[in-house]
Amino acid sequence: MTEALLEVRGLRKSFGGVAALRDGRFRLEPGSVHALCGGNGAGKSTFLTIVMGIQQRDAGTILRNGKEVSFVGPSEALAAGISIIEQELNPVPAMSVAENIFLGREPLARFGRINFASMNAAAQALLDSLRFQIKATTPMMDLTVAEVQLVEIAKALSYDAEVIIMDEPTSALGEAEADQLFAAIKTLKDRGKGIVYVSHRLSEIFNIADSYTVFRDGQFVGDGKIADVRREDLIQMIVGRPLAEEFVKENQPGAEVVLSVRGLNAQHGVRDISFDIHRGEILAFYGLMGSGRSEIFERLFGLTPDLGGEIRLDGQSIRLSSPAEAIARGFAFVTEDRKGSGLVLAADVRANVCMASLGALSMGLAMNTRREASAAQAMIEKFGIKTASDRLEVSGLSGGNQQKVVLGKWFLTQPRVLLLDEPTRGVDVGAKREIYRVMSDFAREGGVVILVSSEIDEVLGMADRVIVLRGGQVSGEIDRTGLSAEKLVHLAA
Amino acid sequence: MIQSKPVASRSASDLAAAYGRKYGILIALIVVCVFLTFANEYFLTGRNLLNVLRQTSINGILAIGMTFVILTRGIDLSVGSVVALAGVVSASLATSSVNAMVPGGPYPTVVAFGVGILVGMACGAISGWVVSRFNVPAFVATLGMLSAARGMTLLYAGGKPVPELTDEYRWIGTADVLGIPMPVVAFAVIFLVAFWVLSATRFGRHVYAVGGNPHAAKVSGISISRIRLLVYVISGGLAGFSGMLLAARTGSALTQAGIAYELDAIAAVVIGGTSLGGGIGKVTGTVIGALLIGVMNNGLDLMGVESYYQQVIKGALIVAAVMLDQARHREA
Repeated sequence: MTEALLEVRGLRKSFGGVAALRDGRFRLEPGSVHALCGGNGAGKSTFLTIVMGIQQRDAGTILRNGKEVSFVGPSEALAAGISIIEQELNPVPAMSVAENIFLGREPLARFGRINFASMNAAAQALLDSLRFQIKATTPMMDLTVAEVQLVEIAKALSYDAEVIIMDEPTSALGEAEADQLFAAIKTLKDRGKGIVYVSHRLSEIFNIADSYTVFRDGQFVGDGKIADVRREDLIQMIVGRPLAEEFVKENQPGAEVVLSVRGLNAQHGVRDISFDIHRGEILAFYGLMGSGRSEIFERLFGLTPDLGGEIRLDGQSIRLSSPAEAIARGFAFVTEDRKGSGLVLAADVRANVCMASLGALSMGLAMNTRREASAAQAMIEKFGIKTASDRLEVSGLSGGNQQKVVLGKWFLTQPRVLLLDEPTRGVDVGAKREIYRVMSDFAREGGVVILVSSEIDEVLGMADRVIVLRGGQVSGEIDRTGLSAEKLVHLAA
Repeated sequence: MIQSKPVASRSASDLAAAYGRKYGILIALIVVCVFLTFANEYFLTGRNLLNVLRQTSINGILAIGMTFVILTRGIDLSVGSVVALAGVVSASLATSSVNAMVPGGPYPTVVAFGVGILVGMACGAISGWVVSRFNVPAFVATLGMLSAARGMTLLYAGGKPVPELTDEYRWIGTADVLGIPMPVVAFAVIFLVAFWVLSATRFGRHVYAVGGNPHAAKVSGISISRIRLLVYVISGGLAGFSGMLLAARTGSALTQAGIAYELDAIAAVVIGGTSLGGGIGKVTGTVIGALLIGVMNNGLDLMGVESYYQQVIKGALIVAAVMLDQARHREA
């Protein structure tokens, strides 16, 4: 056996008497991609923060190239060749790519002036060697999210990192951008680097990882080669119980048209979108980033101005010029950015759940506190939100529970049309299935669901019909019977 | 992922610390009062306490309006100037001076008051409109109003005070109700109304939502531009009212009234625990913050500390309060 780049044994960490991690084990070989799997609260984040020296362990061993190490602070981990690319990146937007890569260690010329020529040249050489199509002098704010990640990878390599940890790197990427990232990961692998890959997306793990380690409830559950494990078995290890099915789909579309859209235009060049959606149907929009998926939702929800086109609900023409009007018409919008536009993080569960129904929960000017409390309680029970009380801040909840709070907010408005933009992003496998259950039940009771998702599996698993978008226009429509991943990718690209 | 502490493992000292964070400002106020009670024999007399309340009332009313604005992530720097503008406009309708600039006066007190409050609300509406419609940072929009309203005050009054206010008008600044000065009664009533609005009404929920996350509020069907406009109207209206209280108490409206009042109002809000980042805070905190500033000023006066020192101490208090607040957030 070759010497591991990183080996961890018996890692333990408790917070206030509660063990967040009991037996963390992990072994990373050179030239491999190792997926670290587990639901929310499995201990992955605790594990990573200890490896990076952000937190100190209570017990256990960390070996780097066979030598025992103990880092105090991320700079020591970085010096030892371990680098992390966080889920949420924090570049300096007004500075150039080169300045970001060499931030804090800029090459100096005489009199302390930064030697821009040599800094730009070094950065460009690094980017070229990785075959990233990025100019070192471009301002960071002009890059796409994927390109920012590539710059982060380049930055990690500029520190001679051998172990690169990626925490949910594709959570903000579209399909094409993710492919760009995977190509970069292959380049790193070929250079003998070890990549720790954290993701909830199983299809990605099976696509790019060589081996896996699963944590559950702070405990090591198992590891092995990806080639030797079946998808169902991996899910079972992560969730801890057999999942009958990954998806839940029990709805049957009816014949009656509920929502009819003709020639709809929206921002960013979205033109001439037409579709009908029937009672009890789950319709998916599929397309690459920038294909206009979110723009259609924003227009339908009255967040962006009317740029032409006709919207009919139950045969009646409607305008939808503000979110308040859309809500009154029975629309609900679970946005793609849960923290940015879904929740007020500093507010409690009750305030968030009631936020879109304040009119219905008040009498005249005054709020009816008792009805607010019972409404919040009803949603906590309906969605099984794990919180000690409805007066706790939502910032303390896990991603899956936060998403359920968003769903609770919208179900309280008693919607008829549910717009779901990436509803399972950053949500663990168990909570995902509960969200699929909610979608299915909602459609079965006659509701209408429009789903936008970058995960092909999710579209294949849940949609009755898919409208494929390309460059702001409809490029095809596929029924469930004729649905396949190949067709979707073909029509979208 | 942040691991929250389980409730069961909380020890008594943890609990005490939690209470300290939650009620820190109230505890500070009590400690200062107890200290002053022993340090100075005049402090704990009914007369002195009423005096403290009377001196606090105008800053307290301004701070209550400021709380609404800061809760939506805004700031209102113009309140001091609006105090002066509403004061002179209102007073010009209620003066029995022969040099009155408005002919036909003095008008009924109700008219003078109504116009004064409307002037304040109009100033707030302009600031709020600029902020919500054109996305101008509140700091800039209200800095503009600070200058413009002061200028309008001087233009309107010709740079001179408006003297000889009618007795009826002066009543609101000088009368007592059951032994309690009118400004204190007004402060108490405004506090109760503001408390009810923020904690129990739909508008209050909207204010917290817009300040907590404007995007989420917008998607939830809340008109954020309407809420932003209204909080400045509230702040301006209360500033207008304060201007009249001040004029009524002193018997004439001065063009230099209210200079730097915005700073004390912001200080009271911040000391009271409202976050400048919006969405977090209570009007009870603001009132305690205003009382703390009032008690400290009074105590330092009683102990014969020079007023220059008072400014230094107040500055330190503001910064300390925010440091405490930051520590509280880091731990949460």
